[in-house]
Amino acid sequence: MNAQFWLIQAFNGISYGALLFLIGSGLSLIFGVMRIVNLAHGSYFLLGGYIALSVIGATGSWALSLPVAAAAVAVIGLLMERVFLRPLGFDPLRQVLLTVGFAYLFQQAALDIWGGNNMDINPPDALQQSVVVGGIYVPLYRLFMIAMALAIGFGLWLVMEKTRLGAAVRATVDDPQMARGVGIDTNRISMMIFALGAFLAALGGVIGGGFLGVYPGLDFEMLPLAFAVVIIGGMGSLGGAAIGALAVGLADNFGKALFPEVSYFTLYAPMVLILAIKPTGLFGRD
Amino acid sequence: MDRVNTKVLAVLIALAALLWIVPHSGSFVVLLTTRAMAFAILAMSTDLLLGFTGLPSLGQAAYFGVGAYLTAVLATKMQFGLGWDFWIVVVLGFLIGAALAAVFGLFAIRATGVYFLMITLALGQCVWGLAYRWNSLTGGDNGINMTSRPNFGIDLSNETNFFYLVFGFFAASMLAMYVLVRSPFGRSLTGIREREVRMQILGYNTWLHKYIVFVIAGGFGGLAGVLWAQTNGHVSPETVVLTTSVDALLMVVLGGAGTLVGGAVGAAIVFGLREYLSTIVPWWQYALGGVYVLAILYLPDGLMSIPARIRQVRSGAGAKRAVIAPEKMASKIS
Repeated sequence: MNAQFWLIQAFNGISYGALLFLIGSGLSLIFGVMRIVNLAHGSYFLLGGYIALSVIGATGSWALSLPVAAAAVAVIGLLMERVFLRPLGFDPLRQVLLTVGFAYLFQQAALDIWGGNNMDINPPDALQQSVVVGGIYVPLYRLFMIAMALAIGFGLWLVMEKTRLGAAVRATVDDPQMARGVGIDTNRISMMIFALGAFLAALGGVIGGGFLGVYPGLDFEMLPLAFAVVIIGGMGSLGGAAIGALAVGLADNFGKALFPEVSYFTLYAPMVLILAIKPTGLFGRD
Repeated sequence: MDRVNTKVLAVLIALAALLWIVPHSGSFVVLLTTRAMAFAILAMSTDLLLGFTGLPSLGQAAYFGVGAYLTAVLATKMQFGLGWDFWIVVVLGFLIGAALAAVFGLFAIRATGVYFLMITLALGQCVWGLAYRWNSLTGGDNGINMTSRPNFGIDLSNETNFFYLVFGFFAASMLAMYVLVRSPFGRSLTGIREREVRMQILGYNTWLHKYIVFVIAGGFGGLAGVLWAQTNGHVSPETVVLTTSVDALLMVVLGGAGTLVGGAVGAAIVFGLREYLSTIVPWWQYALGGVYVLAILYLPDGLMSIPARIRQVRSGAGAKRAVIAPEKMASKIS
């Protein structure tokens, strides 16, 4: 176990964290704005991967599959919010259960349409190579993941902090009633955030398909990880989601490498502690 | 006869019918009912928390899992629990579930509403992570296969004998939980569900009340796990996975939270759809997901509220409300 081991593991952890940021940030925003615990969020990730496979199968273009899959899943998320979740009003338990019902429906639909085999999304050759940095082989694809998460994170930050729309979203997170009072259409904000969350998760699914693969059961595998990101980082906070994703990515990698028998325990136990001590997460707004 | 007695009578008749009809049906029905009854104990324990105390737990699979793994590990590694000592395993299963809940409760009970949901989810994932990764004890992803069921004069390998055993535990658990929720302690839980602050003002230690019921629910979860392990003869991380907790919660809501029987009805429907329908049609999971979605949208009080609804329609505007008003639930879980 030398410096090289630590460097490689840290790099893998950071790149995995980049992927977790994509799925976690959307979940965090949805929770912040709507107080909905969306248990169908892992399904968006999975559906994103599958739709991308179909797009690649039809057109052969990986670059095209990214936006198409993400947009398609965003539409699904939007419809789910508009048609099913909103009529329930503010009733978190029923909303949570409804999202599970949908997660089961999506699971079956995915199985019917794409079958039960493990599939891989092959990124273009240019991204499949490695570069050597300081004697360590660095897969370009993982660098791409980090770059992608950085770009999206920066874009989200710009929108949230620098635009009127972002201010409206933040107002809705802090105090929905006041936000409505000053004329913000919180229903529209909720719908947009839900679609955005689905978009980001699906994007994560396409990108993640390059090294995790796409297979039945991936949805409920990613879901608890996304929750760990949200809880460690704090609900409704973008910066928190970034830090949470990084922490979970690193904890997951080092846990599996150093103490494999308890690796998931070392991931979820801190999540319990944080929830017990500060329920809104480390960087959450009270 | 007042309404409560009518309900109790209806449940007793249903149980008697189950006991009388199922053993004379095909082996498939016997197996299906056995599985549903073992799982129904878990669902009813979830209802203790959700329906009677207003605590939506997404981690009940943890107690179910430790009970199941305890049974499997003792049976395969120590040859323990294959004869009369099976009854010791049952007690141990209850105790280990309760003990785990006693630890987890220290973290979880302070949280309310959605935060309770998430902290129980995280606690459940801790147990799942250990089951999945701790190869030397749990057999990792492959799980543990048990070769035979206990035999103490009565051979439980016989599916009908085993059905009677699980039925006994199922009925006894239901009775015990019924007595619990009808006791003064159970009444105070309902008070906490309705308005916790008021109970605090009245001098109740609401934390302790919630903690105690959490531990009891964990115990019944452990018991259900022991029976589940024997039913399947196989224990794997699948037993502890998040969807098991989710299923238990959905069964309760589907049947009707705050009714106990609702959990059993929900379990019967879910197992019926999953295991019976799946042998006939490939799209069974659509039916299951569809039933969930429709029930949550249109029957928020679950199937058990249908008789009350019919009465309500018949007697017109001045009718009694359903067992639990949905907005009251919502006020607890915000």
